[in-house]
Amino acid sequence: MSSYNGMELMICLASRYLEDDGTVVVGTGAPCAAAMLAQKTRAPKLMIMFEAGGVGPLLPSMPISVGDSRTYYKGLVSTSMPEIMETCQRGMVDYTFLGGAQIDMYGNINSTHIGDYETPKVRFPGSGGANDLASLCWRTMMITPQDKNRFTNDINFITSPGYLTGKGAREKAGLPPGCGPYKIITDLAVLGFDEETCRMQVELIHPGVTREQIIENTGFELLWADEVLESAPPSDVELEILRNEVDPRRYIIGRG
Amino acid sequence: MANKKVDFHVTGDQDVTYKKVGKRRLFTNPDADEAREFFHAKSRRMVDKTTTVKEAVSKYIHDGDYFAAGGFGSNRIPAAVLHEMVRQKKKNLGFSGHTSTHDMQILIAGNCLDRCDAAYIVGLEARGLSKISRKGFESGAIEATEWSNATLAWRYKAAAMGLSFLPARSTLGTDTIEYSASVEMPCPFTGKKYAAVPALYPDVAAIHVHRSDIYGNCQIQGIAVSDLDLARAAKRLIITTEQIIHNEDIRRAPHSTVIPYYLVDAVIEVPYGAYPSNMAYEYFTDEDHLMEWLKAEKDEEELKKFLDKNIYNCENHWDYLEANGGMERMNQLRTQENLTDRR
Repeated sequence: MSSYNGMELMICLASRYLEDDGTVVVGTGAPCAAAMLAQKTRAPKLMIMFEAGGVGPLLPSMPISVGDSRTYYKGLVSTSMPEIMETCQRGMVDYTFLGGAQIDMYGNINSTHIGDYETPKVRFPGSGGANDLASLCWRTMMITPQDKNRFTNDINFITSPGYLTGKGAREKAGLPPGCGPYKIITDLAVLGFDEETCRMQVELIHPGVTREQIIENTGFELLWADEVLESAPPSDVELEILRNEVDPRRYIIGRG
Repeated sequence: MANKKVDFHVTGDQDVTYKKVGKRRLFTNPDADEAREFFHAKSRRMVDKTTTVKEAVSKYIHDGDYFAAGGFGSNRIPAAVLHEMVRQKKKNLGFSGHTSTHDMQILIAGNCLDRCDAAYIVGLEARGLSKISRKGFESGAIEATEWSNATLAWRYKAAAMGLSFLPARSTLGTDTIEYSASVEMPCPFTGKKYAAVPALYPDVAAIHVHRSDIYGNCQIQGIAVSDLDLARAAKRLIITTEQIIHNEDIRRAPHSTVIPYYLVDAVIEVPYGAYPSNMAYEYFTDEDHLMEWLKAEKDEEELKKFLDKNIYNCENHWDYLEANGGMERMNQLRTQENLTDRR
């Protein structure tokens, strides 16, 4: 078995959750790498979409912007942002990936600011398409490093909805039923959500990581799945494709 | 086949409650009749609208206006118009922060903005955050109202449809809606909850396209982002184009006309007019130049020198291109775009 870094592990794990014949809206970076890897391994018919309008590209390299011309290079469609978002609203997009500065135990995400709204300590980009994708795609995932500041219930601003305040809260707010956060893939573990409480729970622990490490790096109380398994490390085939075909210039995996 | 009986609940005979959840300011009037009055008076004459960037910015963009840029931040932005706005020191503009990255960075460098509908602001995607853009918001100098990319796009769409609002299913339940100017309302047919987003009719917009005739009939290649709705929503519209083509070329492929002339007020031929952003099938983003921008922002003196070199000391877009490697650099970006730099 080859050695691998944290980023390579996260991308490989994320890629395994994307099913063949599914649709996924991705941004740039690790999510795009995960979707490309899935296409080149277990899900060759996964349809990749970008929120600015690119659908089904044969990606020649990692896009730099979610609206650059790589996102529809030899693509099926170059369309518009409303068209992609309306496809999500119609219920035709299975997966999406989000990022953010903070996430709480219900999977709510902050990417707007730290501090008060009028004169924030740090202003971030805001929702972009994240709120829409989290509201409208069936399964929301996240690839992120895990630490106490990021995984906190003291979330400053809910930019994008997770399960809001618990079971049934999304539906009560008026969001389409049956969707929400699915898997959070971190450098320590894979976290899912408990069906009854909609709280974050540990499902897989990466090789060499302890339960204590996960607890120390989380700002709230985590639940634990009935059966917590060890994450299967990247296979040689996954690593070879990731390194040689998906990200040969190591833009993303170089950060691991 | 007999019609299947549809059983749906009409709430029309009940009291309907609207909830003003969004507590931030609405910067533009969503009223459809006010917009109709404006568009009623707008000329439909198919006349030669070619002019210069300087003229167009001076004539159609006024201090205090609400402005929107086409494209996607670092892709197909109307860079020549944005630079001219800075040179002409446009002030107190409202801005639609719809997928805005480098476009906003330029206008903030020129202190042009004082209010902003914020869907995506201050960042340059994976390239990092813009220090001066952050400062604009962190200091409170620019007032913001929050939206998401889709709700802001649908605000254009509502305006493009000649309406005053559209219902949307995103943003509900979050702080994004609390800090917007949306209203929650029940669907009149199903009773289900929607976020009502107000139509956005910008005073003026600028869009860079691949080809236009002298009248403003435009063709765009690649993704349209939200520009088809924006072109229809904006009261005044400035078009810069890589190339002016003959009207007969427009007529040869009418299915390719995505912006019709009657929406357009000014047409200017600006080759490489989206530089340093990406123009699909023409030239790729100048990533080095965008990194130079981010670096220059870290030091006030450096930024001043940088803006002098790239904006204030330039007479027009040709000077700006020249200051950044001229045609040799443009050709490199062309090979990057076409992937012919890979052998």
